[in-house]
Amino acid sequence: MPAHVVTPPSLGRTYVPNLWDVVALILIVGVMMLVVYGGEQINVPLSALDNPAVSLDPWNLPEYALRTTLRMLTAIACSLLFTLVYATVAAKSRRAEMVLIPLLDILQSVPILGFLTFTVVFFMSLFPGRVLGAELACVFAIFTSQAWNMTFSMYQSIRNVPKDLEEASRSFHLSAWQRFWRLDVPFAMPGLIWNTMMSMSGGWFFVVASEAITVGNSTVTLPGVGSYVALAIQQRDLAAIGYALLTMLLVIIAYDQLLFRPIVAWANKFRFEQTSSGNEPTSWVLDLFRRTRALRALSVPFDAATHSISNWQFRMPWRWPRGVAPKWLSRLLDVLWVLGIGAGTFYVGWRLYGQLSETLAFADVLNAVGLGLITLTRVVVLIALASLIWVPIGVWIGLRPKLAERVQPIAQFLAAFPANLAFPIFVVGIVQYGLNPDIWLSPLMILGTQWYILFNVIAGASAFPNDLREAASSFHLRGWRWWVKVVLPGIFPYYITGAITASGGSWNASIVAEVASWGQTQLQATGLGAYIAGATVSGDFPRVVLGITVMCVMVTLFNRLFWRPLHAFGERRLRLG
Amino acid sequence: MVEDRMTADLIELRNVSRLFPKGSGEDLVVLEDVDLTLRAGEIVGLLGRSGSGKSTLLRIIAGLIAPSGGSARCRGRDINGPPDGVSMVFQSFALFPWLTVLQNVELGLEALGIDRAERRSRALAAIDLIGLDGYESAYPKELSGGMRQRVGFARALVVHPDLLLMDEPFSALDVLTAETLRTDLIELWVEGRLPIKSVLMVTHNIEEAVLMCDRILVFSSNPGRVAAEIKVELPHPRNRLDPSFRQLVDSIYARMTQRPEPRAAAIEGLPGTGVGLVLNHISSNLMAGLMETLAREPYNGRADLPVLAETLQLEADELFVLAETLQLLRFAQVSEGDIVLAEPGRRFAELDTDARKKLFADHLITYVPVIGLIRRVLDERPSHTAPAARFRNELEDYMSEDYADETLKTIVSWGRYAELFAYDEQSELFSLENPH
Repeated sequence: MPAHVVTPPSLGRTYVPNLWDVVALILIVGVMMLVVYGGEQINVPLSALDNPAVSLDPWNLPEYALRTTLRMLTAIACSLLFTLVYATVAAKSRRAEMVLIPLLDILQSVPILGFLTFTVVFFMSLFPGRVLGAELACVFAIFTSQAWNMTFSMYQSIRNVPKDLEEASRSFHLSAWQRFWRLDVPFAMPGLIWNTMMSMSGGWFFVVASEAITVGNSTVTLPGVGSYVALAIQQRDLAAIGYALLTMLLVIIAYDQLLFRPIVAWANKFRFEQTSSGNEPTSWVLDLFRRTRALRALSVPFDAATHSISNWQFRMPWRWPRGVAPKWLSRLLDVLWVLGIGAGTFYVGWRLYGQLSETLAFADVLNAVGLGLITLTRVVVLIALASLIWVPIGVWIGLRPKLAERVQPIAQFLAAFPANLAFPIFVVGIVQYGLNPDIWLSPLMILGTQWYILFNVIAGASAFPNDLREAASSFHLRGWRWWVKVVLPGIFPYYITGAITASGGSWNASIVAEVASWGQTQLQATGLGAYIAGATVSGDFPRVVLGITVMCVMVTLFNRLFWRPLHAFGERRLRLG
Repeated sequence: MVEDRMTADLIELRNVSRLFPKGSGEDLVVLEDVDLTLRAGEIVGLLGRSGSGKSTLLRIIAGLIAPSGGSARCRGRDINGPPDGVSMVFQSFALFPWLTVLQNVELGLEALGIDRAERRSRALAAIDLIGLDGYESAYPKELSGGMRQRVGFARALVVHPDLLLMDEPFSALDVLTAETLRTDLIELWVEGRLPIKSVLMVTHNIEEAVLMCDRILVFSSNPGRVAAEIKVELPHPRNRLDPSFRQLVDSIYARMTQRPEPRAAAIEGLPGTGVGLVLNHISSNLMAGLMETLAREPYNGRADLPVLAETLQLEADELFVLAETLQLLRFAQVSEGDIVLAEPGRRFAELDTDARKKLFADHLITYVPVIGLIRRVLDERPSHTAPAARFRNELEDYMSEDYADETLKTIVSWGRYAELFAYDEQSELFSLENPH
C-alpha cells in the first residue's frame, strides 16, 4: 500500500476560531435541538417495533456480518453522493462556501455517538413501527462518521485543480457537466479514495456501536455483529465475543482484498504526476479482472455507461453575459447574504438559549466543561503514552524496508478493526481484579486509534532519505542526538498527521469507553464521555445537547490551538523533499 | 456565415488593455493599447520578456480572460468565452494524466458532441499526422516531453481550428527536442497539411520567433505594449546560420535591450526614492559568475548578448534579467544588445570573498532604495529588529503581491550575502544580529 500522507481535513484553514465558526456551531446545535424536540413530540412507542431477535448461535454470524457490511456500504454510497454535491457547491459558489466550509469544520468535531439516540427516535418517527427507521438511523450514524473528511478532501482538490488543465477544458469547450467528470472528479480521485478508505476504517467502529441502541427503557437491536456483541456482553459470553472478533477479522480482510485494493490499484492512474513512480500498488483481484476476458467483458457496458453519462450535454440555454452584472449588484447580494445568515443564526441562537435555559443552569455548563477538561487530560496523556511506545517502534520498523512492507498492512488493518468489539475483554479484566475504572477504562479510548500513530510513523521512517541517514552515520551521530537532530524532525509531519487522527478518534471513543458493562456490572469513569452516555440513557435531552456542544467546542479549540500550529510548523520547516 | 468567415479578419484587437487589481487600490497595468489584426495564412509571433503581458494577450484571444478595455473580436464577433474555431497548445502541455493519448485527443471532439465513429477516425488521423502512431493507448506520464507536446498539438489540431494559439509551446522541452518539433511543424505548415488557417504563438525566444514566424510583434514590458512589428520574409526552411537570419536576430536583440522607459521611475532616479522597484531574484553566485566571465578573455569587459546567451546556455530572457540586475547595481551597462562591465564590476571580479561582500553591500545600500530603507530602520530602532510585514506593505503599494513576494525574497537573499542584516524566516523578522 502506498504511503500516503494526507493533510487531515481538520487542519485546512486558519488557526483562530472566527465568527463563521461560531455561526456554524450555533446552526448545528440548532438542528440537533430541532431533531430532538421533533422526535420527542411524535413520541412513537418503541415497543411497537417488531424487534428482530438476535441469537448467540455462531452460525448466525455470517448473516450478521453480511448485514453489517451492507449497512456500511449503503452509508459509504450516501457519503460519496453527499461529497460530490456538497464539495462541488462549496468549491464553485463563493457565497455557499462562506457557510458550508465552517459547517463542515464544526461537523467533524461533533461526537456522533452521543447523538445516536436522537437520530434513532427521529428516523423511527419517519417510519413508525418499522425496522427501516432503525436501519436508517444506523446508516445515518455511519454516514456522519464518514462523510466530512471525504467532503473536505474533494473540496480541497476541486479548489486546487491545476490552472492549465482548467484552461484547456475551457478552451476545448467542455460543458460544466463534462468538466466535472473529466477534470474535477478524476483530479480529486486519489485523495477521495484515500479518505474513503480511512472513513471506511473508522466506520466499522460506528456500525458496531450503533446496531444496539438503548433509548429510555427500550433497546433497539438490528441483526449484525455489533448487536451480537452487545448480547454477548449482557449474557457474559466470552466465547461468543471471540467468535465475533474472528468474524470481523475475516470481514475486514475480505473488504480490503476484494474492494479496496482493486480500487486503489485502479485509481493509481489518477495520481497527478508527470512521471511514473516505481512503486505502483497492485491487486490480484484487479489483475484477474484485467486478464480474464469474460470478467473484462462484464465491465464494458459499465464503462460505456459512465462514458456516455459524462458526455451528457447539459448546456445552459442562456448564459449570463460576462461582465454584465455590475459590481455594486454583487456587493449588494453579498451584504444581503451575510445579513440573512446573521439574522438566521441570531434567531436560532436565541431560541436555543430559550430552550436550554429552561432546564439548565450555568452550573451545568461549568460541570460539563470541568468533565470535558478531565476527558481532555485523558486524551493528552494517552496520546503521549502511545507516542512514547509507538514512535520508537515505528521508526525501528520503518527503517527496515522489508519488515515495514510486512508490518504496514497489519498496522492499517488494526486501525480499521472496530476496537469496541474488544472492550469486553478489558472490562472483564478490570472487574476481575477490581481496578480503578477512572484509570483503567481510559486505555480503551485509544485502543483503536493508536495504530494511526504507528502506521504514519512507519510511513515517515520509510520515506526518510537514505542520504541523510548515511550523512548522520558518517558524522557519528548516535544516541539521543540522532533521535533529536535526525530522525524525529524527519518523521514529524507524518507523526503529527497520525496523532491528530488518533486524538480525534479518542474523543469520539470516550462516549463508549468511559462507560462499560459486563452483564449486570457497570463501570464508569468520570468524564464528558460518561456524562453524555449517562444523559443519553436517561433520556435527558438538554444535557446531551450541552455535553455534545461542550465536546464539539473543546475538540475544535484543541485542533486549532494545539494541532494546527504544530502541523503548520512541520509542513513549513520539516517537510523533506 | 460563410461570407463572414471569408471577409472578416480572423482576429481583430483594438486598444485592448488589461488591469490587475493591486494592494493599494491603484491597478497594475499589464497590457496597454494593443492593436492586432490576424489574417488567414500567417504565423504571427508575440515576442517579449516575461511580464510583458504577451501570455495575457493570448488568453484574451483564447477567451479565457476578458480585456479590461478596448475591443477583442474574432471573425467580427466580440470574444465572450472561448470562441469556436480557436484551439490552444499549452506550455505545460496540459494533458489529462488519467486519459490515454487517444482519449486526450478525442476530448475536444467529445465536447463538440461529435459521434463516436467520426471522433475515432479524426483522432487517429491527427495522431498519424503529428507522428504519434503506436502511442494511442499510452498514458502521458509514460511519454517523454517531446511526445507529450505532440499529443498537445494533435489535441489542438483534431478540432480543425481556424486559429491555433501556442503559449510558449517549446520552452518546457530540451533544445534538441524543441528543434525537431519546430521543424516538423513548419514542414507540415509549408506543405499545407495542417487543418488550420493561422497560428499565433507566444515566445520569449528570439531565434524561435525568427525561425517560425511571418510577422513578429515585439512587446515592451510594464506596461505591455507593442513596441515594434517586424516582418520576416525569409523563405522556409530557414537556416539559423544564414547571415540575414543572424542580422535579424541581432537587430531584435538590440531593440529589446534598448528600452525607452525603465520599469519604475527609480532606476535612474535619486537613491532614497523608488522603494517600489521590482527586484528579480538573481542569486549572487550568478552575478559574480557573469562578472568574472565578462572580465576575462575573450570578452575583456564587453560582450554581445546573443553570443553570450549561446555560450552560457542561457535563454535570452534569463540573460536580460541578469544583465539588468547588474545594471541596476551599477556593475554593468546594457545597450544596443551589448553588455559592458563598469569599473566596480571589474573590481568585483578581482576581489576576494570578504571584499566582494563589502562592495556588494555598498552598492545595495546606495542603489537599491528599499534595502537602504531597511538598513536605516534597523539602525534607528533600539531593538534593531523590524517585521518583514512593515516593508511588504510598503512594497504592495507599488506592485502586485507576487512581485512583492519575489522582491522580498531577493532582498533577503542579497542582504544575507552582503551581511547587511539577518532574517528569521519563522518569525519573519529582519534584525542586525548575525550569529557569530
